[in-house]
Amino acid sequence: MTTTQESAVAVEMITVVIDGFEVSVPKGTLVIRAAEKLGIQIPRFCDHPLLDPVGACRQCLVDIEINGRAFPKPQASCTIPVEPNMIVKTQLTSPVADKAQKGVMELLLGNHPLDCPVCDKGGECPLQNQAMSNGHAQTRLDGYKRLFEKPINISSQVLLDRERCVLCARCTRFSDQIASDPFITLNERGALQQVGIYEKDPFKSYFSGNTVQICPVGALTGASYRFRARPFDLVSTPSACEHCASGCDMRTDVRRGKTLRRLAGDDPSVNEEWNCDKGRWAFKYVTATDRLTQPLVRNSAGELVTASWPEALAAAAAGLKGKRAAVLTGGRVTLEDAYGYSKFARVALGTNDIDYRARITSDEEREFLAAFVAGSSTTYRDIDSADHVLLVAFEPEEESPIVFLRLNKNFKKRGLKVTAVATKQSIAMDKLKADFIKVAPLSEPAAVANIALTGKSIILVGERASESAGLFSAVAALAAKTGAKVGYIPRRAGERGALEAGALGTVLPGGRPVSDAAARVDIAAAWGVENIPTQPGRSSSDILAALTRSELDAVVVGGVDAHDLPESSAALAALKKAFVVSLEIAPSSVTAVADVVLPVAAVTEKSGSFLNWEGRARGFDAAVADSLHRSDVRILSMLADALGNPISLASVSAAAREFSQLGKWDGARISFTPVSATSSPAVSGDQAILTSWRRLLDMGTLQRGEDNLAGTRRPTVAVISPKRANQIGISSGQQLRISNSHGSITIPVLVEDIHDDAVWIPRNSFASQALVALEAAHGQVVTVVKA
Amino acid sequence: MSKLTPVLSAHWDEKDSFTIEAYTRHGGYAASKKALAMDPDAVIQMVKDSGLRGRGGAGFPTGMKWGFIPQGDNKEHYLVVNADESEPGTCKDTPLLMANPHVLIEGCIIACHAIRAKRAFIYIRGEVTHVVRRVNAAIADAYKAGHLGNGIDVTLHIGAGAYICGEETALLDSLEGFRGQPRLRPPFPAIAGLYARPTVVNNVESIASVPAIIANGAEWYQSFGTEKSKGMTLYSLSGHVNNPGQFEAPLGITLREILELAGGIRTGHTLKFWTPGGSSTPIFTDAHLDTPLDYEGVSAAGSMLGTKALQIFDETTCVVRAVLRWTEFYKHESCGKCTPCREGTWWLVQILRDLENGTGTEADLDKLLDLCDNIMGRSFCALGDGATSPITSSIKYFRDEYIAHLTNGGCPFDPVKSTLFAGALNS
Amino acid sequence: MSTAVLNEDVMRSIIARYPRSRSAIMPLLHYVQAISGYVTNEGIEKISELLEIETAEVSAVATFYTQYKRKPVGEYHIGVCTNTLCAVMGGDAIFAALKDHLGIENDGVTADGKVSLEHIECNAACDYAPVVMANWEFYDNQTVESAKSLVDAARAGNPPAPTRGPNRLVTYKEASAVLAGLDDGLAREGVQAGEPTLLGLKLSKEGK
Repeated sequence: MTTTQESAVAVEMITVVIDGFEVSVPKGTLVIRAAEKLGIQIPRFCDHPLLDPVGACRQCLVDIEINGRAFPKPQASCTIPVEPNMIVKTQLTSPVADKAQKGVMELLLGNHPLDCPVCDKGGECPLQNQAMSNGHAQTRLDGYKRLFEKPINISSQVLLDRERCVLCARCTRFSDQIASDPFITLNERGALQQVGIYEKDPFKSYFSGNTVQICPVGALTGASYRFRARPFDLVSTPSACEHCASGCDMRTDVRRGKTLRRLAGDDPSVNEEWNCDKGRWAFKYVTATDRLTQPLVRNSAGELVTASWPEALAAAAAGLKGKRAAVLTGGRVTLEDAYGYSKFARVALGTNDIDYRARITSDEEREFLAAFVAGSSTTYRDIDSADHVLLVAFEPEEESPIVFLRLNKNFKKRGLKVTAVATKQSIAMDKLKADFIKVAPLSEPAAVANIALTGKSIILVGERASESAGLFSAVAALAAKTGAKVGYIPRRAGERGALEAGALGTVLPGGRPVSDAAARVDIAAAWGVENIPTQPGRSSSDILAALTRSELDAVVVGGVDAHDLPESSAALAALKKAFVVSLEIAPSSVTAVADVVLPVAAVTEKSGSFLNWEGRARGFDAAVADSLHRSDVRILSMLADALGNPISLASVSAAAREFSQLGKWDGARISFTPVSATSSPAVSGDQAILTSWRRLLDMGTLQRGEDNLAGTRRPTVAVISPKRANQIGISSGQQLRISNSHGSITIPVLVEDIHDDAVWIPRNSFASQALVALEAAHGQVVTVVKA
Repeated sequence: MSKLTPVLSAHWDEKDSFTIEAYTRHGGYAASKKALAMDPDAVIQMVKDSGLRGRGGAGFPTGMKWGFIPQGDNKEHYLVVNADESEPGTCKDTPLLMANPHVLIEGCIIACHAIRAKRAFIYIRGEVTHVVRRVNAAIADAYKAGHLGNGIDVTLHIGAGAYICGEETALLDSLEGFRGQPRLRPPFPAIAGLYARPTVVNNVESIASVPAIIANGAEWYQSFGTEKSKGMTLYSLSGHVNNPGQFEAPLGITLREILELAGGIRTGHTLKFWTPGGSSTPIFTDAHLDTPLDYEGVSAAGSMLGTKALQIFDETTCVVRAVLRWTEFYKHESCGKCTPCREGTWWLVQILRDLENGTGTEADLDKLLDLCDNIMGRSFCALGDGATSPITSSIKYFRDEYIAHLTNGGCPFDPVKSTLFAGALNS
Repeated sequence: MSTAVLNEDVMRSIIARYPRSRSAIMPLLHYVQAISGYVTNEGIEKISELLEIETAEVSAVATFYTQYKRKPVGEYHIGVCTNTLCAVMGGDAIFAALKDHLGIENDGVTADGKVSLEHIECNAACDYAPVVMANWEFYDNQTVESAKSLVDAARAGNPPAPTRGPNRLVTYKEASAVLAGLDDGLAREGVQAGEPTLLGLKLSKEGK
């Protein structure tokens, strides 16, 4: 559990008497929750602490009197806030409340099928449980029950058994109030009322899985878990989501070594009780049949062949020994593994050439990270108190969905003002009624400079800011000018941890600048080594360039897909040329060119922690207890031993202990040197400036094998402005061809609110993999024609 | 002197009574002119002093309701007229609007002025095409004549078949473009009603009563009716009587008096049971003929004045059949939001069907009453309560008749005998 | 099925009646029925587009209200009140007779598409019981025979005028246009009231 210490705010407390016991709760607390404080469980279905009260199911009726005046009839305790001099009698002390609750329960069960033995909810069902605790043993209702065709697919991943539904409307209220995706609604009326979709538009919400989780009966089920298990057969482990930097608390349920489902955990500071569908439903990659299980070594014939661990480690050590080697770690590794890579680079390889950013990067970003992000702590709570949030190079729903939910909560509850500097309007901006500052790709910095913010404002800047020169500089300048806080939100779960662990050429663990002699002495002393290399390391693109130019000979790569890199073919060529040791869970573009492949554990198979965008740590144990796979850090430690330069990190816990003992750097950060912006390229005729970002659900490698999830992806479309559409003579739905010297992409067009000079495509979606097909993503000139 | 006091209905017998010409001919729109020259608070006070109470069923004092609207809050205020007349037996607003829609529009103008609203909505049920025409035309004519459009606007909103929209918060949700399901209260409409703005929701007859009060004064209105139920109102007599129809009389008149005026129960028959204010009000029998039909009198006798919908049933009527049919109505019209009403009506209908068919048991009667106990006062809104009224009251008065269905193995009544055309069929 | 097109200008004028566009959903659904005879998918999608809300939100509303039909009804939609009072006074007999006469069940449509039948709830005309509605116009004090002749005439294309309504019975689509708030110029036609409505007034004038 991770919590932040909240500053004490004076809250008016109200004392009420419930079942004869006094309890003091903050003003505004609902009776049902005041009772919880006393350990008194009032049965409920529609009530959910994060949804607006509705009072629909009537299961939580209690007797209430205020100032000696009793309500003439029992009241729904989920809708009534406590008041001074209130006396509440629940089912425990009021025969009227008890009868009312049993009466409602009888009615809820009357039309409910007796299919608990085959229902997925059986064993963890609030209806089942509360029927036992607050219901009659026998029913008196022996007529005909309501019947529905069962089940119906409301999306490719959510099924609905309507006859099980108790119409609590949690799902529809979640979709409307929390996700702003009212694609499921209550339909029909009276006894025929039912949850449903419009027949042609399925429940394609990124957050649909939450409705399955909060359904108090077995009406909503996820296709991937339906009929798979019994809750009492599952072993649950608290876990942290590895899919993005939002930092969700999760629970992983495993049966006999296999993950069967993952649920959102409850962390009020982060994800509250929600998560996104990718976090919930993308886990099969772990059990994919092509998982690497044995080390591989490239033989003299150039083939990768299975090897024993000692052989493979020896081969890797031999290939690295005495070579000019660098480290690329990708953005998905845990804090402990990143720390292992960081130490491995400095101690085992004697270099600062390490970069966790396997994507489009800039030196400006690296300076920004070292100067402003490492050690910083802008949080979700800051969003809760912000007067204005500026989004820069960041599409919250696609790139950090829980940040979107938090923004949306603040927008809905208190009208939070949101401004977005972007090339294109987005669904999230629309939901947040964001002020859309439309710019041409690469012209973002000038737009950012002019936004009016205050010291209570927050700038949320995404990693894509590295794709527009001067944008991080503009953000830094705006923050300095206005006092606004900056939250840097990378996309991947491991990036913030890797930064803090020093998996960056200019940063040592704890945010220590490589350039600072005292910082180097700190680390050298802690590691028991003579010294730390003084030369700041290369960035990922410089490492690849150096490999190409033979200024480097070897590279240790962990979890990098070459197709995430800006010039992927050149990157692959560089890797092919070098001696590559690849730590991976499954075959990839890098393992294909590696000389030694060392299989590592997937996140559910190991312990560790992730730092989310806030810098908040969430630790987790292995959900799958008996996995033979090892975490990266342990393998790196063995490899360092083989190299004769031990890093002495024999376990994840050893790495965690050592990292925490290092502490944070309290000295000066590196100073940030602003970079000037470039202007957007001039385009004419068929030319447009490319812009793109990743969709939440796309061709990501961690979504492999999740066909049900893939069914709810947003459609692949290219977006152009009405003006351009007019020029081209194309309308939404027709095919558009986007091309450059590398290749082309042909997908349906959507005419929408985007800068006239720009064309947007999904960066890594089906039929639209920008970095593969075009080797371009943002700011490059492409040709756009009707296909 | 006549026991009847036609005010609202005073000129309905003129062929063109629904036109603006006819309405002005009888002094129409003079009251609004007078009211607009008054301080809004004085208008509210006058309505308070008149003792006018809501005619939609609940009988809440109209002036007090208006007084709840916060003043000087710099928000839009709204008046919403509930013309969703759907309670079984209730048939007063519909003929009123067909015969004289302008009195409602004038009432809207006065009420808007009083509560500082610039806009009124009239929410009329959708199943009355010609009434819609009449009201729409009247609004258009009122605009042409300059009564509307000079600071006060009236918009007609047409429903689409949902009894629940007569519930004021369901009506507001419906008017906002949602499913017409009741809202959680608080906040009450006076604080956060239509579009979350302070809103008064009044019944057609309540608002239509206002022009006469303004024109004639609170004292005049006070002089009619009983101690706590002031003024005159429309009583709607229907069913097994010789002459059904609308009777505008001071509150407190009795059914016996109205029946005398109406030529009595269907010739050759006797009164068996009746509703004082629609199907949601517990039924009465001939023991209640002299109950004063005002809010207090009916309440003291165990029912509610409701909408003053006097549905009369003679001895040919099977009470079980009548109650089953009402229960089917509540089942059909339950909005589905809350469990007791949605699920309860589902089972009530089944049990009543068994009882009517003679396939039930005496224990079913107790089950029925216990289910009613679990619905009454447990539902989200009054619809659930209303659904239990016919059942509990009919078992109270006619338990033997329920039992007779069981001993008889079915309904002992001949449905033909209770029809209007029974004579024709028999001959 | 109708191929008539939804007129966006009309729809926008309906939206313009309200301070907030979503309020227009009900008249817009009536308007869709005025054009297509029922709530079509095309209508739901168009409303969703114009009001900038999800299709699910439109269909949630459309399925809540009884008057919105998700499949075509007849040119003359006949509603027989079978709520208690009308049922007892003859509504049940009328409804049974019409089902038999037309050979259709509740919610059914005759093969020629002329007449559809529905049992309806209380239509606020109890003093005229038993009541039959045709395209939501009043046919008061009905009998089995009068109701049969009403539907027969409707199928033949010359239905009698409503008891309290305009001089001719408009079609279902025309009535739906009125319910969408569109003026058909017929407001002045027909009586101002029927006899029962005037009974109290008459008696009062007679001094009773």
